[in-house]
Amino acid sequence: MRLRTNGRLVAKNRPVHFTFNGKRLQGYSGDTLASALLANDQLLVGRSFKYHRPRGLVAAGAEEPNALVELGRGDRQEPNARVTQVELFDGLAARSQNHWPSLEFDVGVINAKLSRFLPAGFYYKTFMQPQAFWKHVYEPIIRASAGLGRAPETGDDHTYEHFNVTVDVLVVGGGIAGLAAALAAGRAGARVLLVEQTSGWGGRAVVDRPSIEGISAQDWVNATLAELDAMPNVDVRLRCQGAGVFDHGYALAHERLTDHAPKQGGPRQRLWRIRAGRIVTATGAIERPLSFAYNDVPGVLLAAALRDYVVNFGVAVGERTVIVTNNDDAYRTAIALHDAGLDVPAVIDARTSAKGELPEQVRALGIKVLTNSGIASVDGGKRVTGVQVCAQDGEGTVTETIPCDCVAMSGGWSPVVHLWSHCGGKLVWDEPHAFFRPDADRPPLGADGEGFVIAVGTANGHLFTAEAIADGFSAGRKAAKVAGHTRKPGQAPMGDDVAEDALTPVWIMPAQAPYKLRSKMWLDYQNDVKVSDVQLAAQEGFQSVEHAKRYTTLGMATDQGKLSNINGLAVLSNALGEAIPRVGTTTFRPPYTPLPLAAITGVARDELFQPIRKTPVHAWHDAQGAEFEPVGQWRRPYAYPRGDETAHDAVTREVVNTRENVGLLDASTLGKLIVKGPDAGKFLDMMYTNMMSNLAVGKCRYGLMCSENGFLMDDGVVARMDDDTWLCHTTTGGADRILAHMEDWLQCEWWDWQVYVANVTEQYAQFAVVGPKARQLLQAIGGMALTKDDLPFMQWASGQIGGFDVRVFRISFSGELSYEIAVAAGQGAAFWDMLVKQGEAFGLMPYGTEALHVLRAEKGFIMIGDETDGTVIPQDLNLNWAISKKKDDFLGKRGQLRSHMVDPDRWKLVGLETVDGSVLADGAYAVAEGVNANGQRNTQGRVTSTYYSPTLKKGIAMGLVKHGPTRMGEVIAFTKEGGGFVDARIVDPVFYDKDGEKQNV
Amino acid sequence: MLILHCPHCDRMVDETDLHAGGEAHVKRFGPGSEAEEFENYLFMRENPKGVHFERWRHVYGCGKWFLAARNTATLEVYGTYSAQTTEPPQAIRDAISAKQPGWSWGTFQ
Amino acid sequence: MKRYSAFAIAREAFRQHSGWTRAWGQAEPKPRYDVIIVGAGGHGLATAYYLGKNFGITNVAVLEKGWLGGGNTGRNTTIIRSNYLQDPSAAIYEKARSLYEGLSQDLNYNVMFSPRGVMMLAQTQHEIRGYQRTVHANNLQGVTTEWISPARVKELCPIMNIDGPRYPVLGALWQARGGTARHDAVAWGYARACADMGMDIIQQCEVTGVTTEAGKVTGVNTTRGDIKCGKLGMVVAGHASVLAQKAGFQLPIESVALQALVSEPIKPCMDVVVMANTVHGYMSQSDKGEMVIGGGTDGYNNYTQRGSFHHIEETVRALVETFPIVGRLKMLRQWGGIVDVTGDRSPILSKTPVEGIFVNCGWGTGGFKAIPGSGWAMAELMAKGASPLTEEFSMNRFRHGKFIDESVAAGVAH
Repeated sequence: MRLRTNGRLVAKNRPVHFTFNGKRLQGYSGDTLASALLANDQLLVGRSFKYHRPRGLVAAGAEEPNALVELGRGDRQEPNARVTQVELFDGLAARSQNHWPSLEFDVGVINAKLSRFLPAGFYYKTFMQPQAFWKHVYEPIIRASAGLGRAPETGDDHTYEHFNVTVDVLVVGGGIAGLAAALAAGRAGARVLLVEQTSGWGGRAVVDRPSIEGISAQDWVNATLAELDAMPNVDVRLRCQGAGVFDHGYALAHERLTDHAPKQGGPRQRLWRIRAGRIVTATGAIERPLSFAYNDVPGVLLAAALRDYVVNFGVAVGERTVIVTNNDDAYRTAIALHDAGLDVPAVIDARTSAKGELPEQVRALGIKVLTNSGIASVDGGKRVTGVQVCAQDGEGTVTETIPCDCVAMSGGWSPVVHLWSHCGGKLVWDEPHAFFRPDADRPPLGADGEGFVIAVGTANGHLFTAEAIADGFSAGRKAAKVAGHTRKPGQAPMGDDVAEDALTPVWIMPAQAPYKLRSKMWLDYQNDVKVSDVQLAAQEGFQSVEHAKRYTTLGMATDQGKLSNINGLAVLSNALGEAIPRVGTTTFRPPYTPLPLAAITGVARDELFQPIRKTPVHAWHDAQGAEFEPVGQWRRPYAYPRGDETAHDAVTREVVNTRENVGLLDASTLGKLIVKGPDAGKFLDMMYTNMMSNLAVGKCRYGLMCSENGFLMDDGVVARMDDDTWLCHTTTGGADRILAHMEDWLQCEWWDWQVYVANVTEQYAQFAVVGPKARQLLQAIGGMALTKDDLPFMQWASGQIGGFDVRVFRISFSGELSYEIAVAAGQGAAFWDMLVKQGEAFGLMPYGTEALHVLRAEKGFIMIGDETDGTVIPQDLNLNWAISKKKDDFLGKRGQLRSHMVDPDRWKLVGLETVDGSVLADGAYAVAEGVNANGQRNTQGRVTSTYYSPTLKKGIAMGLVKHGPTRMGEVIAFTKEGGGFVDARIVDPVFYDKDGEKQNV
Repeated sequence: MLILHCPHCDRMVDETDLHAGGEAHVKRFGPGSEAEEFENYLFMRENPKGVHFERWRHVYGCGKWFLAARNTATLEVYGTYSAQTTEPPQAIRDAISAKQPGWSWGTFQ
Repeated sequence: MKRYSAFAIAREAFRQHSGWTRAWGQAEPKPRYDVIIVGAGGHGLATAYYLGKNFGITNVAVLEKGWLGGGNTGRNTTIIRSNYLQDPSAAIYEKARSLYEGLSQDLNYNVMFSPRGVMMLAQTQHEIRGYQRTVHANNLQGVTTEWISPARVKELCPIMNIDGPRYPVLGALWQARGGTARHDAVAWGYARACADMGMDIIQQCEVTGVTTEAGKVTGVNTTRGDIKCGKLGMVVAGHASVLAQKAGFQLPIESVALQALVSEPIKPCMDVVVMANTVHGYMSQSDKGEMVIGGGTDGYNNYTQRGSFHHIEETVRALVETFPIVGRLKMLRQWGGIVDVTGDRSPILSKTPVEGIFVNCGWGTGGFKAIPGSGWAMAELMAKGASPLTEEFSMNRFRHGKFIDESVAAGVAH
């Protein structure tokens, strides 16, 4: 309900309309969805995961476990939005989740009635018979009942962006400690980024209002911000959450830019990727719930959260609020409620006495304080109707019943140590405060071996204003100093505090509660984990905190145990009879709160997901309607279908035309590496299996490259440019890889050899003019002499064709007369256009990668990636002719001498022809008799390339077969797609123009 | 995200601009070596939990290889240095010894 | 041991679950065991279990330096499949997959094996050929897989965008009987069954040294005292090199971080496991509703169980491209594990230079799916000195150049 008192943050003159489950409701500018729902008395906001129990708001910040809703529709639909972090805007539409048929009446609640049959880990103990039932019966039911929100149905049309920054000091948290840290570091001259997850500065101080430097906390915050804003070396961001800390000072922050203002333009969210010298975590603390029976009934919430709602938003949960606590801080809530004109029938304090300043103030207001007391049980179903009071040290005998409609609880505070811990910062158990805090002696270590995260303020266990602010200031100064900024930042601001008495740790209320009560004390509200579940885990031997977590699912919900972890851990420790620090905590992992996948993706979607590399004639291919295939980061034309042609028809036409007339291939993607220097020849002799140093200037030679392991890794034609320069062609995918390979050997092994390597792949466009009419075409265009005598096979020359400066290579991957012509990349498109135009008269047609494959397969030429797969050595492919016997050493030589490499039973390359002329299946295996020791059918070979040959009008294939070259003519059986076998004859792999007459004309 | 110092560029470089190249100071064995030598060269690795010497290439940058002395258990970096050396320079060894008393080059850590 | 069943739960429900006993005992180390297994992850526990079950060897201790199942067993994305290309791999993974089918009943512990089907997308011509080759190989290996069309892919996984502008889906390798299981339950189920056979599972017990005599193992030094043994099995995944060093030999292993993440839970929207190797992403939906997403490995040696965030970015990018609806889901948690990778990225199940010491390591990014088969084979190797399932996985293969390279089938690693 909305109070008459004004909230700090809401503007009552600016109403905002929104809907919840279709109901039209009103809030004010400045409200969160949480405060607006409370203002409309919408206490029930969701259902729990396992028992589908009614759930209301428990917290006011990132730790809220219950109030998750679905927002938006269509491409803006978002499941599991936490209402405490959603700022209200006009037109916001929220829907509750995980119930059927409605929030108020959910049939899933039957699980709660059966809860005694569903203890921790029950599913490990049942649903086992019969075997087939898990998949078909049990699992579908379990899956359907789990899962919270609905998946969106479409993609997201918002934009997201990334910022990359390097700072000296990253400060996470805009409370007073964080502000003080930023102030000190900023004054010292360091480059500072300060991020705050909410939409306002000051953290708890501006709610609880201590004085700082003799002025109000709010005034101090305003003044500090003004000073920070004026510093050019300081950047401050609201709605920006420190999401994760990673090694070497890398951190992520997630900024919500327009979630709260969807009509504003620009990206929805921004992910900051930060490299920080030091990271100051001023992330505050989270209040702990108390474990009493039915502490999950809507209307039970954290005391400080209720104070936030009252002070910040002017809303309350009920008229009559009982406060239950083990510390002094919760009394502030009593005072705030009283100030707002609300009734506080009692403060129930588990401690034996409460004599601090705050309890005395509360008593003075006429509020009853019951010490050594606890709540035995909460009354009510979908809303609190009262509490049963008992002695804290007893078994829960009820001493009185207090009617109320709200319970505000406080079990003490836990510092938010997540960011400290993400990279291995250790914790220490602070006995007086009963919490884990960062152990300053064991921080996460950075690249320099020093701690790079400094926790400050309440996040460092300093719950009081004076020490928190001093801690922040000193850390900011220290962090700046590490980066070399030593300007003196002045004196630390002085804070003023009300003294508080110590808390008494209370892990179960009442201390001797019987099973009946313990089985109704919720630890994890979202996942429905109760005290009895953790105790059962301990009883069954799940003693490690990680075991207990996984067995019970404690802390595994979307809040990742922000409220439940310490309470659960304490219950586990008690059950095991171990001290809490001995049991330890579970691991804190990024992100601090769930991080949208779209924000992680940033702009790398659609066209920018993996940008396509394009040759100078890519646009032409596209305009021709080419069918593309991805090859590495390139996209190459697979075929150029015309009219109604299928891709297969097009390939056939392209092959036939190339064999009969002239074809044109865009080979620009092939890698081109210049290798130059006095030792270049010696170097290439190490890189290739064959000799390259003795290649004559002006000549070309086909070369094989192997890894040191002996396996074929690339091939291509090498041309000698001049005395100390070679041009090495690589496969399309190979250029970058082979360049890196060469650099590795040059820099790390033979660093005294004088050789340079440069990748000129993109400097040239390269086209293959292929076919019996290739020479006629080029001669018709006019230019350099290209006869057999002018430019014989396996030679190259530079000159001009049609006015373009070109380099022409007489090499052939098709078996036809072929000229590969390189021109400067910038002239590639013009040169191509000319070839196409002039080629018309000769029947020129472009051909794609599939025709290229067919043409080379008809000739028995191997293809890296088809005939090789990383396990094939050149000897397997009968390429011994390309392996120099003269050289003492080359990469792969030693590897090829190992026992398995010289095994005579290795499968070797042969040609294959089915007996019935059909095309063998891609990847088919040749079967042999019998089975191996593991019962697998024995094999004796496999297909490496298989095509329909338009030239020979039948299926042709290459494959590796055991003893293959000595078995010519033999028929063996290959597997067929979909089962069965087909007979194929072992033949010579050169199917067409066996003597190579056509290419050498 | 490791952030290492490229000794050629003399600047800090994000891991995303680098390519990791495995253990450093591995001696090559070629033709004529024993089976065991060749196996050790290609496959056997110290893989220590602690001080480790490794190869990196500033691939999206100067393109140069360099070597790093790094702790695989803490990710502390003791220093980076030229790839054109067969063993870590004395300054790097001293930096490691200062942080890891008892450590010495050439023994299992 | 109390048998688990719906009836047992009902009985306990009426006595406040007070009758449940420890799933596994809390043992003090004895002075000597016939067999010590170092490492109480899935592989180590399964090895112990099948030593007892298949060979009657029950004087066994499983030593664990942390908490059982706390290494890669409890950190992986739980994918189970056996559609491997090479015979030795297909044999051991299919053995594992078939054991998974009856594991809940065998262990009397519901490991929630869910054979929901695994598809591996082909997004290049090269992948098509690689996966078609795998189907041919699988059918001869007794592994049931098939090649499916893009339309069938869409039918099995409606949330997938098969017409992605960058890499349209061209088909997929489909193993209908692959799936997922509950990872913790696998470790816990084996642990409970081992304890039931009288084996000691000793947690918080780190091995600090290995003792040998005349080239033969005699025992281990631990943080809980010295323990003698007849045979020693090293099954410690990421720390294999560290432990081998204590026994005086090196392994062809490097340890690197592998990362994974889960989204917040949402209602069921994806019934199959999808792996997309071209874009480097894989995803399934757990029974809780979380999208379980696997990332890539770092290129550098790392023992921290933390990886570099850019791998998470790459993976998430790939998934948003493949499944546009996930953009508005949120990453709930990300984590890392240390995986040990061999020179050919296939595992090692092998005798070692020290007599009596056996090593099981090198599973890299794919160990969970192998657990029952690995344990079965390792137990046979340790009990009998040889196993047809481990024959080809000997550590000597690197010397002879006889690799088991799975990356040849379109670079599948996970």
